[in-house]
Amino acid sequence: MVLELQKPRPIWQIMFSTHHTDVGLLYLITSLAFLFLGGALALAIRAELFLPGAQIIGDAMTFNRIFTVHGTTLIFLFIIPFASAVGNYFVPIMVRYKDMAYPKLNAIAFWMIPPSGALIWLGFADFTWYATPPYSIISAPGPAADMWIFGLKILGVSSVLGAINFVVTILKCKHPDMSIGQVPLLAWSFLSSSLIILVAIPTFAAALLMLLTDRLGVSGFFNPALGGDPIAYAHLFWFTFHPEVYVLVIPAIGMMYEIIPRFSRRPIYSYGSGVFAFVLLSIVGFSSWAHHMYATGMSFTEKTVFMVGTLAAVPASAMHVFNFIATMWNGRIRFSTPMMWAVGGIALFFSAGAGGVVNSAMPLDFTTHDTYWVVGHFHLFVMGTIAFGSIGYLYYMFPYVTGRMYNETMGKIHFVMSFIGTVLVFFTQHVLGLYGMPRRIFDYPPIPEWIAMNQIASIGAMIIGVSMVVFLVNMIHSSAKGEPANTDDPFGVGGRYYYPFEAKNPSH
Amino acid sequence: MAGHHSNWPEWIYIGIVVALMTWVGAEAWEVERLIEHVPADAEIIKVTGQQWFWTFEHEDGTKEIGELHLEAGKAYKFEVVATDVIHSFNIHDYVVLIDAVPGRVNTVWFAPDEPGVHDIQCREYCGLIHYNMRGTLYVEEPSS
Repeated sequence: MVLELQKPRPIWQIMFSTHHTDVGLLYLITSLAFLFLGGALALAIRAELFLPGAQIIGDAMTFNRIFTVHGTTLIFLFIIPFASAVGNYFVPIMVRYKDMAYPKLNAIAFWMIPPSGALIWLGFADFTWYATPPYSIISAPGPAADMWIFGLKILGVSSVLGAINFVVTILKCKHPDMSIGQVPLLAWSFLSSSLIILVAIPTFAAALLMLLTDRLGVSGFFNPALGGDPIAYAHLFWFTFHPEVYVLVIPAIGMMYEIIPRFSRRPIYSYGSGVFAFVLLSIVGFSSWAHHMYATGMSFTEKTVFMVGTLAAVPASAMHVFNFIATMWNGRIRFSTPMMWAVGGIALFFSAGAGGVVNSAMPLDFTTHDTYWVVGHFHLFVMGTIAFGSIGYLYYMFPYVTGRMYNETMGKIHFVMSFIGTVLVFFTQHVLGLYGMPRRIFDYPPIPEWIAMNQIASIGAMIIGVSMVVFLVNMIHSSAKGEPANTDDPFGVGGRYYYPFEAKNPSH
Repeated sequence: MAGHHSNWPEWIYIGIVVALMTWVGAEAWEVERLIEHVPADAEIIKVTGQQWFWTFEHEDGTKEIGELHLEAGKAYKFEVVATDVIHSFNIHDYVVLIDAVPGRVNTVWFAPDEPGVHDIQCREYCGLIHYNMRGTLYVEEPSS
């Protein structure tokens, strides 16, 4: 058992360790630290937009830097490292191997994250998480922009190293008695998302280098003044980052596949359809990237192709939702904190997907594109689905990591407040988008509907903010002073919790 | 793959989802095809986006900055360009949206049906004053 805080160790022992649970713990703490940092920036944005005119943030440039770093932090420094934390803890156990396939590579992949986080935060770039040229080439102030580019470059390498490790661990190191058709769905989710990373990331890695040389003035790939084309960057960026959306969401779905059968006290409705939907999504995910670019002046044929590619991803996502509901059907469901987060996450996943269909339909996209509709839409994925699945899983793995139980009441308060807040912020932002408010604006004209919607969204954000304080107190207090957990079945739902490898292999 | 139980509910459900998506796609295709058909008599307005204002040039050479005066009942085709970074030309009330990309000419058309005043805004992040890169469209009574 890992019991990190029951058997205190000097911190350097964890930092220099290459054992998968230690690297997992490092990933976990780092990602949660960035969750709170990025979340604080979100609160600043919402406070600023509560009313038209400047409120707490003095100028537009600071505001632009804040939303850029907010997005970059929560995608690259919270969601991805959090998934790596879960993968590090549980993938080796699920494939019954002593560690990750390449432990040193694993530690190296982790240790690339703090320096890139430092580059992103010390630079505080302003060109949005999309670094759109030619703005990012000719207008964005350095050294912030260059530090962001280097930070993302390092994170890309870290992702690729992590992905190689997961693929090899799952395919090559799984127990010989275990066929690939017996690997749990959580491990399947890491296999699918790692394969997407390996195919998708190199394109953006190339685009980042081109962006850097363009900034240095030695090339003009994306600079129209030198004969380049900024739309080429859009294609390279979205070829990586549309599939990357699935890299973010697939592990969170995998976590829900662990939680939902356990707390429904029924086996998963269809293991086969879960695997099929993961694999299908990771292939179809590559056929939809330019749906982010309908307004760039694409031809009717191009738009049609990418609309069809986008709609093709819907059945795969819908299969997961079906699988979850069919598993819960007639189950003896126990609504402990992890289950509440997972079920809330499914509901918001469904809402996010339904909004996505609207975006993909060409004529409707011209109403929603680059408005707050899109902000609401993708936040229902990143917050409503991915963060909900991840936080649910964090509560679920809490006894495994600490050997203690979290406070159930506080966990439930955290969920209820976060759920209400998420609905208030992001459903409202959809409506705000229909009223025409563009994204990424520091100030807005005093249109009564805009003010009302922004105020609802800001109040929702403050509710989430308070719930996160409850969360933080619960995590810190419970890991130090929580009741010792029954590590065989901490949630009292029957069946087995996780057996660590060491339990069966005491000599390790 | 469903083990010991039959999986027909899932197949019916997937069938419904696929049918729904096909319907959405077909309908979107049909509407977009109609929208992209520019009337032959559309008057051309040249739109230039730059940090952080819009310039409009009518067919007769008249230029306007930040304001655009058009007549109700006529079709207009915007030829949208940018001089520095990417902007996005947007009249939300008429669902007019097209990126202004340096080095490219993008077109979009519309036909205002009745007199009124509408907001013009930039919908692609373009830097410091992006939030205030706004203009006003005045749709006036037909002159004839």
